Amino acid sequence: MRQSWWKILAIALLLYTLIAGLLMEAPRLPILNETIRALHFHVTMWFGMILMLVVAVYYSIKYLRTNDLRNDDLAIEFTNAAILFGVLGIVTGMLWAKFTWGDYWSGDPKQNASAIGILMYFAYLILRNSLTDSQQRARIGAIYNIFAFAAFIPLIFVLPRLTDSLHPGNGGNPGFNAYDLDSKLRAVFYPAIIGWTLLGSWIATVRVRMRRVERTIEDRMINS
Amino acid sequence: MLKEISVLISKEVTLEWRQKFALNGILLYVVSAVFITYLSLGAQKGNISTPIWNALYWIIILFSAVNAVAKSFVQEHQGRQLYYYMIASPEAIILSKIIYNTGLTLILALLGYGVFSVILGNPIQDQGLFLLNLVLGAMGFSACLTMVSGIASKAGNNATLMAILSFPIIIPILLMAIRISKNAMDGLDRSVSMDYLFTLLAINAIVAVTGYILFPYLWRS
Repeated sequence: MRQSWWKILAIALLLYTLIAGLLMEAPRLPILNETIRALHFHVTMWFGMILMLVVAVYYSIKYLRTNDLRNDDLAIEFTNAAILFGVLGIVTGMLWAKFTWGDYWSGDPKQNASAIGILMYFAYLILRNSLTDSQQRARIGAIYNIFAFAAFIPLIFVLPRLTDSLHPGNGGNPGFNAYDLDSKLRAVFYPAIIGWTLLGSWIATVRVRMRRVERTIEDRMINS
Repeated sequence: MLKEISVLISKEVTLEWRQKFALNGILLYVVSAVFITYLSLGAQKGNISTPIWNALYWIIILFSAVNAVAKSFVQEHQGRQLYYYMIASPEAIILSKIIYNTGLTLILALLGYGVFSVILGNPIQDQGLFLLNLVLGAMGFSACLTMVSGIASKAGNNATLMAILSFPIIIPILLMAIRISKNAMDGLDRSVSMDYLFTLLAINAIVAVTGYILFPYLWRS
């Protein structure tokens, strides 16, 4: 119980997000209409992804300092979970764009930047798989992970803000904060971020445990 | 440190000069790439619009730079790498390689610019800004590609890996450079491009500093 309180919290927050996010009254705005509810399911994906990537980079740095494979397990699995969230974020964003902008892909800088970010992390997975030695894989993976993250930050935070964009919050378009993120939306939005991030961490920790069990079994088979 | 870097750079230049085929090969690569685009477009001077000129130019420079820098960690074999490992600090090695590759990329970019001007016409109105942008772009490309080529060389160094690892990381630099050179083409007032120039410089700095910090870990493995 002491160790699983955050899993229960995640379930509770996500149930709340689903029910309140879909049923609660939302502000009526032209064009956006009911799609404003995507806030709780699309925007939160990106928040969760960024938070988990930060965790992954933290463990990559820790791996480079300690050379302990246990840190690498955390780094790769948090990245995997972040990639899952990123893909879901793109898909939900495309769905939302279809109903508000009229097209699944309309060349919006933020859309493009996030697609590039996903490419970056797919490249990371391919790099890892191309190395066979587990220590070397962990080390070079960690180096690329940190390097890619350093390039990813300007990509998604700086560049889209320099150009005009249809995306809420950019280029003269009012963001969610400006007028539509009223207290009712906030009451769902913030718990939703925490809930989705906790879910992602849950997925990551389960997979980390599987990885460690597999490694132990392998070691035992080799040594026996 | 400075002395170490300058010795290492002169070593790179000597090495390059000794095996001229690699340098000549990459120069020929640029020229033939430009010529192929020229023929496939069926374009005459001034026949293609400026955005297309711009995009083609930067894509050709990108691909030539990837090819030119990719060899920076493989042209010397394992034994010699071990020798450098013993006599030089990794920081000096990465800095010297970045500086050397900046020069190499800049030569490629200038050559490409020359060939482009001759056969496809030269629509640039603000030469100074364009050249400054080339220098900054070359710095960014080389900082990014040098580090990635180091990573790829540890992973068996196949060309696909080099490309997929570097392209997404290089895109912010590429986009900024393309935007500035578009401004230079249209002859816009320089104050318009100032913001972009600073952003490009900042991205270069981020990439270079990250590479500088991470390279010792890569080098040690």
